[in-house]
Amino acid sequence: MDLKRISDNIWEIPKSGAMRVPARFYASHKLLEAARGDLSLEQAKNVASLEGIVRMAYVMPDAHQGYGFPIGGVAAFDAATGIISPGGVGYDINCGVRLLRTEHKVEDIRPRIKELLAEIFKEVPAGVGKGGVTKLSLSVLKDILVRGAEWAVDNGYGTRDDLLATEEGGRMSEAEAGPVSKRALERGIPQLGTLGAGNHFLEIQRVDEIFDVPSARAFGLEEKGQVAVMIHCGSRGLGHQVASDYIELMEDKLGTAGLPDRELIHAPLRSALGQQYYQAMCAAVNYAFANRQMIAHWVRDVFQKVLGSSHGMRQVYDVCHNVAKVEEHVVGGVSRRLCVHRKGATRSFGPGRPEIPAAYRPFGQPVIIPGSMGTASYVLAGTAEAEELSFSSTAHGAGRLMSRNEALRRFRGEQVRDDLARRGIELKSVSWRGVAEEASAAYKDVEEVVRVSHEVGLGRLVARLLPVGVMKG
Amino acid sequence: MGYEFLDHTGDAMFRARGGTLEEAIRSAALAVASLIWDGTPAGEREPRQVLVEGRSIEQLVVRALDEIVYLVETEGFLLSDVEGIRLGGTDGRLSLEAVFVGERITDRHGLRGGVKAVTYNQLMIERDDGVTIQVVVDV
Repeated sequence: MDLKRISDNIWEIPKSGAMRVPARFYASHKLLEAARGDLSLEQAKNVASLEGIVRMAYVMPDAHQGYGFPIGGVAAFDAATGIISPGGVGYDINCGVRLLRTEHKVEDIRPRIKELLAEIFKEVPAGVGKGGVTKLSLSVLKDILVRGAEWAVDNGYGTRDDLLATEEGGRMSEAEAGPVSKRALERGIPQLGTLGAGNHFLEIQRVDEIFDVPSARAFGLEEKGQVAVMIHCGSRGLGHQVASDYIELMEDKLGTAGLPDRELIHAPLRSALGQQYYQAMCAAVNYAFANRQMIAHWVRDVFQKVLGSSHGMRQVYDVCHNVAKVEEHVVGGVSRRLCVHRKGATRSFGPGRPEIPAAYRPFGQPVIIPGSMGTASYVLAGTAEAEELSFSSTAHGAGRLMSRNEALRRFRGEQVRDDLARRGIELKSVSWRGVAEEASAAYKDVEEVVRVSHEVGLGRLVARLLPVGVMKG
Repeated sequence: MGYEFLDHTGDAMFRARGGTLEEAIRSAALAVASLIWDGTPAGEREPRQVLVEGRSIEQLVVRALDEIVYLVETEGFLLSDVEGIRLGGTDGRLSLEAVFVGERITDRHGLRGGVKAVTYNQLMIERDDGVTIQVVVDV
C-alpha cells in the first residue's frame, strides 16, 4: 500500500482507485506496524471511497480492524447531501465512558477496596444474561429512548449536574422510539442498568499523574492519590439490534453491489431510511446514557454505604465512543453541517465550543481514554487543532493487538488476577475466560496511543489514572 | 462436523463444518453457544421452537445464529444443541425451522462471555465434499 509519511506521527494514503479523498492515519511507527497486521488501513481506503465524504477519512492511533469501517475510524459527510452508515458507528452504539471524581484519598480507602468491589458487584449486574434490577414496561422503555439520562435523573438516579457533564446533556434530541424494532426493545427491557460483558468494566482508580494542572483542576482532578471511578459500557443488546436491523434493512433496500465490503452499507442521511436509522441510533445512544447514569448512581450508593460518604462524587464527564452526530465544522474556511461518524473514537472539541459545559469551555472538553485491564487510563482535553486534524476526534482506548483466541492460548484468568494482585490491583469478574481474553498484553500500549494523540494535537494530556480495583463483566 | 475458531484481532471468527448445510448450521450454532457458556449441563433441558426467514441462505444463517443471542438476553436461555433443522421456502423467501435445546441460566452454569451481534462481515458459505460456514461474531 502506498503510504506517505507526512511527519513523525502522520501518515497518508493518497487518493487512488475508487478513493474520493485521501485517508490519514495518526500513528507512531510502532502503532503503524501494529495496524498493518490487520485490515484497518484497507478499510480506511474503502471509507475514503464513500460518496460525499468530506476532506479525508481519518484513522486514530488505536485503530484496529472493524466491520466496514475500521475501529478508530472518523469520517464526515455533508448533513444535507451525504450519507449515514450503521457500520460507521458500530454494533455497540454509544459504548462510552463515564468518570466520577471523589474526595477520597487512595491511602485511606485501600483496605476497603475489596469490600467496595464486592458491594458494587452486588449492585451493578454484570456478565452474560444478567438482567437488570428494574422491571421496565414497554412504555417506560420508550420514554427512556427519547429522554436518555434525563429520565434516569427524573427517577432518582443522580443529579442534574450529571447531565451537564454528559455529552449532549445525556439526551440526543433527535431520538425516536418508533424506528426501534420490537426485537431491539425486547432485548433492551431486561438489560437497562447492566454493565454487560466483553471489554466492559468498572474501575476504582487513583490519580497517578497530572500533566496539566489548570485543566485537571477544572475537571475536578486535583491531586495525586485522589480516587476516581470509571464506568465503561454501552447500549447493550438494544443498540446491537438497532445496528443489525438497519444493516439488513439498508441491504434489502439498497443492495450491496459495488460496495467493497457489505458492512459499508449506507443510506442518504436525508432519506427516509437514513432518518429512521439516525433516530433509532439516537434512541440507542440515549439508552446507553441512561444505563451509565443508573450505574453511576449505584456506585455512589455503595461509596456512601461502605465509606460513609459519597460527598464530592461529581461527574467529570461522560463521552461516547461509537456514534454519528451532526456537528458544525469549518471546512476550507466555511462552516458546514456534517454528519461525523466516530467508531471507536472520542469527540475532542477544543476550547470555546458551545457544546462543552461552561466550566470546561476555556480548557476543551474532557476526553476519557480507558486503558486495557490493569493498565493506566487517561484524561485528555480537546484541542482547537483537532478540528482541522480530525473533525475534533481522538483515540478511544488501547486498541486490541491480539485475537481473543490467541489471548486464551497464552493467558489464564486466574494468573492474570494474581499478577494484578501483586501490583496492588484487586479484580472481580464474572468469567475467568473473559479476564484472559481481556489481558492487557492482548492490547496495544495505551501510553503510546495517548502520546501520539498529544504530540499530534488531537487531544492534550491532562491526567493519568491507575486502577486499584477492577470489576469486569 | 464441529467448528474451529480462527484468529481475529477485534472479534471472534469461526469456521463450522457439516456434511450437509443443516449440519453445518448446527455446528455454527454450537460455536456461538461456546462463546457464551461452557456447555456443561447444570439444569433442566428445555426446547424452543425457532423459525426464521430470509432472502438468502446467508441471511437465514445470520438470523438463526442471532436467535441464540436473543434468547440468552431475553430469557436467559443457554443453547446446548440444535435438533431437527428444516430448510424450506423458495428463492427469495427461505425459512429455517429448528428446535433449540438448552437450559435457563443459573449460578451453577459456567458462563463465558457475551455476544453482541452475529455479523455479515467475512461471512462465507462454501460447499465442497461438505459445507463450511465462516462467521465473524462481535463479542
